[in-house]
Amino acid sequence: MISSTPLTAGPALFSVDGLVGIIFLVMIAVTVIGGYIACNSQRLVRAVAGLIVCFVGVAGLYYFLNSPFVAMMQVLIYVGAVAVTISFAIMLAAPADQEKMSQSSILAGPLGFCTAALLAGGFSVLAIKTQWPVMDKINDGSVKKIGIQLLTNYSMVFELISIVLLIAILGALVIARVRREN
Amino acid sequence: MSLTLLNVIFAVVVAIAFAAGNAAYLVWAERRGAARIQRRPGPNINGPFGLLQPPLDGIKLMAKQLLIPFGADRILFIGAPVLAMYPAIMSFVTIPFSDAIVAHNINVGILMIFAFASTGSMSLIFAGWSSRNKYSMMSAVRAVSQAVAYEIPMLITTITVVMIAGSMDLMEIVNQQSASILHWNIFPLLGNSHNILMPVSFLIFFTCTLAETNRAPFDLGEAESELVAGFHTEYGSMGFGLFFMGEYANIVIGSCMTTILFLGGWSCPFGLFPGVWWFLLKLYLLIATFIWIRWTFPRTTIYGLLNLSWKILIPLSLANLLFTAGLIKVF
Repeated sequence: MISSTPLTAGPALFSVDGLVGIIFLVMIAVTVIGGYIACNSQRLVRAVAGLIVCFVGVAGLYYFLNSPFVAMMQVLIYVGAVAVTISFAIMLAAPADQEKMSQSSILAGPLGFCTAALLAGGFSVLAIKTQWPVMDKINDGSVKKIGIQLLTNYSMVFELISIVLLIAILGALVIARVRREN
Repeated sequence: MSLTLLNVIFAVVVAIAFAAGNAAYLVWAERRGAARIQRRPGPNINGPFGLLQPPLDGIKLMAKQLLIPFGADRILFIGAPVLAMYPAIMSFVTIPFSDAIVAHNINVGILMIFAFASTGSMSLIFAGWSSRNKYSMMSAVRAVSQAVAYEIPMLITTITVVMIAGSMDLMEIVNQQSASILHWNIFPLLGNSHNILMPVSFLIFFTCTLAETNRAPFDLGEAESELVAGFHTEYGSMGFGLFFMGEYANIVIGSCMTTILFLGGWSCPFGLFPGVWWFLLKLYLLIATFIWIRWTFPRTTIYGLLNLSWKILIPLSLANLLFTAGLIKVF
């Protein structure tokens, strides 16, 4: 998948590299559009739909990067489980016609814009200034290799992520308990 | 290059035609089966044995106007039926019907099918929510809790099969069972499992397939006696048609997966003439069982449904997983 053409030259549109590039751009567009819908829609369920589009775009990027296993897990976990759970929570908690609440202060807009500009600028500088080495595939992305890596080199990270999930569950329980007692 | 492109187009056309054709004619099969079980004639007027009924129904549905209720969310209301049909068509890409008939075999085929199947419940959620109807809404809530509850034992049972096979490649899983009927994963004695709990796995998997496809006795999402018609109350025309066809396409996918994982795919019971016909025979026997179960058992309650999953199937499938892992470690 990694083209040998230098980035400045740019492949022809209807060569294999060019078509691959178009697919890559489509995936990025899907991700960005999904994220935009998720942030800006007035209805919460539409925001969830946008989030799903965004997740599918990210899964496409993973597939593009030669790791179908991670792409499928992305769809299975984020679309099939996380998004379903989110919409479940929305349907149980919020009435259908509830509009997004707008009680943010005057400073929120400019401050948000500054933060976004800073982040975007920083990342662009980082992306342009860095010498990106063209890497070979580290491994074949198979389930076995990923499993071995997860339980040896990255076992600490793996366990820490599960602690984050545990804290999230405990937090939800605490909030629910307080509400119920009131 | 052009040959590959032709292959792709051919595969896409065949996948859509197979999914849609099966969906249409399984409706006919269901109505005939229901009629037989209830001792009355089914649709038998149009064509021999009523075989022209599905295309006529299709024309009727397509000729009707698509009404969108006042206050409904237009985009999601129209999008939901499309979402109901697409996971099944996507899954046909990687299902091997025989060692030659497969559109594109990827080495994480099982994962791909479950990934797309898990997105199918989004269509029920969007349909239920966007209709702006309290019955649809309740149905969507039920459908979500049901989908989440039964996905867990289904995936755990699949993991036991994957552990035994040592592969997520559907072709590879079938090839390992192809020696004779006793090597099928459902039978514990010969084969590569030696796992005495395999029939239990099969039962769990089949029950979860029934629940995941919203079939009776687990069709709480569209319980007519309580929720009018559930999530598709507000749908008419081909929107309703797509929900209906999506249900049957999902049944076909579920039966394909059961055939591949437990019943040896396209391999013959006696080791003779393996081929696509054995696959189709097993597939349609399973689908007939689906129809038979639907018209034989009464609907459960929502509590019974959730209790069955969380209190019985999940502990059972976890014990099965541990037992299988122990067996693999010992032998």
